[in-house]
Amino acid sequence: MGVRADPSILHVDLDAFFAAVEQRDKPSLRGKPVVVGGIGLRGVVSTASYEARKYGVRSAMSTAEARSRCPHAAYLSPRFEVYRATSQAVMAQMRALSPLVEPLSLDEAFVDLSAAGLHDLTVEDVQAIADDLKDAIKQASGGLTASVGAGTSKLIAKIASDLDKPDGVVVVPPGTEAEFLAPMQVTVIPGVGPATAQRLSMAGVRTVADLQQLDADELIRQVGTAHGSSLHRMAVAADDRPVVSDRETKSVSIEDTFETDIIDRALLAAISERMAHRVAERLQKAQLSGRTVTVKTRMHDFTTHTRSSTLAGPTDDPRVVARVARRLLEDSDISGGIRLLGVGVSSLADWIQDDLFTESEAVEAAEAAVDLADVPVRSRERQTGYYPGQDVTHPAYGDGWVWGAGRGRVTVRFETAATTGPIRTFAVDDPELSLVQHTPPDDEESAAEADR
Amino acid sequence: MKFRVERDVLAESVAWAARSLPSRPSVPILAGLLVEAEEGQITLSGFDYETSVRVTVPAQVADTGKCLISGRLVADISKSLPNQPVDIAVDGAKAQVTCGSSRFTLQTLPTDEYPALPDLPAASGTVRSDVFAQAVAQVVTAAGREDTLPVLTGVRVEIEGSTISLLATDRYRLAIRELEWNPQSPDASAAALIPARVLSETAKAMTGTDIIVSLAAPGSGDGIVGFEGQVSGGNRRATTRLLDGEFPKVRGIIPTDSAIATRVRLDTATLVEAVKRVALVAERNAPVRLTFSEDSVTLDAGSGDEAQASESIEARVVGEPVTVGFNPTYLLDGLNAIGTPVAHLAFTQATKPAELTGVTDFDGDPISEFRYVLMPVRLNS
Repeated sequence: MGVRADPSILHVDLDAFFAAVEQRDKPSLRGKPVVVGGIGLRGVVSTASYEARKYGVRSAMSTAEARSRCPHAAYLSPRFEVYRATSQAVMAQMRALSPLVEPLSLDEAFVDLSAAGLHDLTVEDVQAIADDLKDAIKQASGGLTASVGAGTSKLIAKIASDLDKPDGVVVVPPGTEAEFLAPMQVTVIPGVGPATAQRLSMAGVRTVADLQQLDADELIRQVGTAHGSSLHRMAVAADDRPVVSDRETKSVSIEDTFETDIIDRALLAAISERMAHRVAERLQKAQLSGRTVTVKTRMHDFTTHTRSSTLAGPTDDPRVVARVARRLLEDSDISGGIRLLGVGVSSLADWIQDDLFTESEAVEAAEAAVDLADVPVRSRERQTGYYPGQDVTHPAYGDGWVWGAGRGRVTVRFETAATTGPIRTFAVDDPELSLVQHTPPDDEESAAEADR
Repeated sequence: MKFRVERDVLAESVAWAARSLPSRPSVPILAGLLVEAEEGQITLSGFDYETSVRVTVPAQVADTGKCLISGRLVADISKSLPNQPVDIAVDGAKAQVTCGSSRFTLQTLPTDEYPALPDLPAASGTVRSDVFAQAVAQVVTAAGREDTLPVLTGVRVEIEGSTISLLATDRYRLAIRELEWNPQSPDASAAALIPARVLSETAKAMTGTDIIVSLAAPGSGDGIVGFEGQVSGGNRRATTRLLDGEFPKVRGIIPTDSAIATRVRLDTATLVEAVKRVALVAERNAPVRLTFSEDSVTLDAGSGDEAQASESIEARVVGEPVTVGFNPTYLLDGLNAIGTPVAHLAFTQATKPAELTGVTDFDGDPISEFRYVLMPVRLNS
């Protein structure tokens, strides 16, 4: 019933991505439980290594609960710049295979093999291609494993990649899709959340097989017309959604994580102002402009909100971006403090609609100007606070990572992916110890960051 | 309550009164139209705490009284009735509408909780309704529509003696119209910010000879403005709450005579047609570029990767040759607003505000009572 004749759609999912990168860079953690996420009292787990999952630690669980289930795991703060760089190396391997790659997040993407001119693919062909791709990813990422699902549609590929994790390949033969889906819970179908599942369950539908047997009219009565007819098609794997690659720059954005959660609105406003100026500078350099301004805030517990506003015409004017960003920030709930702020511009264009007043208002504002240089720099990377997992360097011991910090002291394990060394404890203000700056590889990426 | 009214009179009055009723009222009674029957006339009122409308028309009243009925339903019914006298009678909680052989029975809403409409402030002066309607239509085209910038959804009204100035802007274009009126006091001086949508609907509805404008003393707390006019034998009144906030200082951005480097006269209708054609290839209001030479202007739009269009039309250009890009919608709105056969464009620089005014013929002087200032688009590369 698939709409494609060949199992030409791959879904590639990196295994426990954030945790795997940590284990790669911190050899002493290999084979041990690792939890990446908010390490504070109200933090949330982003990713748990497979060793930690054995103890029942899951993504989105509160870190407090994870600690009670698996107290001996290493609890680390995320290093997004490193994940992003690794992700780009992995995505490049997929793009070498086919020009049509649709990244879903840092650690997940669809690949359409038909766009690579590969036709009449057998199950064995696809199995071999997937195995080769996994090897290439392992090579390019310094040892990370991926799980690959393949089938005649995105739906089948995505479900298949989850069946033999980690480090597996599942190719669903064309023609067997409905049978493949039949025993699964209805919740495997995208769009079936708890509410729909509840409604279906009242109609006696629990598995996809139940759904396949349900009359289309009855289904529509249960969940509504639009949803009902799409579910009916998905249940028999009639999913013709194309893989959509978009490698053009879609947005330009800047974000920063703070040393301590900020609740001071005036300070946030000043920081957003400076970010807006940097974003506009980058737009101008790229000869671009954009209509939609987005402000992203990440709360102390890692929940992330984005708000955006679309202008009538595209702009590259820092003052306009700053004005909209300030208004969006004013509308945001920052109670409890935020740990990350981002400002971005999207809906890009190559022409600029200036407005009538920004110029004259700027002249007025110049008289009452706040000097941006006076705003204290409070970014996490530039302070002396240390968090578990961070990369540091020392002239005598070399590179290492923060093993623990507190009471004015910081303990460092001097090892990297390729080197091993001692564990040493320093005073936090030890002038010889410093944080390693990871330059963001490319903020202008279109892939969404894995905010999980 | 029981009365008989002409079908057209009812339909026209209800249509206007019901238009201002909220579609999603905060309390159900605000979706109602208040109908009051007195000796020889009926009054229909609607109010949403921001805007009130009230229309009084002659009717044959058998029994006086009042009732509150669903405004939308009455509007739909009255406009589809046959052209015969309409009888409306209230009996208990039901209202009967009869016209010819059509008969409707409607539920009434309780009238005792219905809020009192604000009184009209004292009259500030009168203005000719046709002049006012044209002036308002000209400026509201430039008003903002985004609720995120409430100040710009208003029309600023400035009164200085016998001159009223209307100003509206959405930050990208600015419309200014000056008109004469008869103030109550010769040294009248006031300013107010009136919601553009309400002003526009009100100016359109007051089709009699004159409109009485009444502005509650600004700065005295909740400012409101009232309008009153006679329309086909009936009396119409509207009030609306003034908007708060500081309107941008707009007068400084109008190009001064001495700074203007290029003046162009074009046939308005020809330019409108050409812009519309060329803009067909401009997606999402991508700009139309105008390249002026001595006696013509070439319009072009689109990009090399996609569709492109160009067209040349006659133009009388005085001064520096200039190339300038505009959002086609903004340009067309302005050309439609000037209302003259010839358009006059004035530029200082290609990236600075341009001014559009009307001219009656190619040799005439630009008419300065209406100015439309628009910000050009900058084109990368």
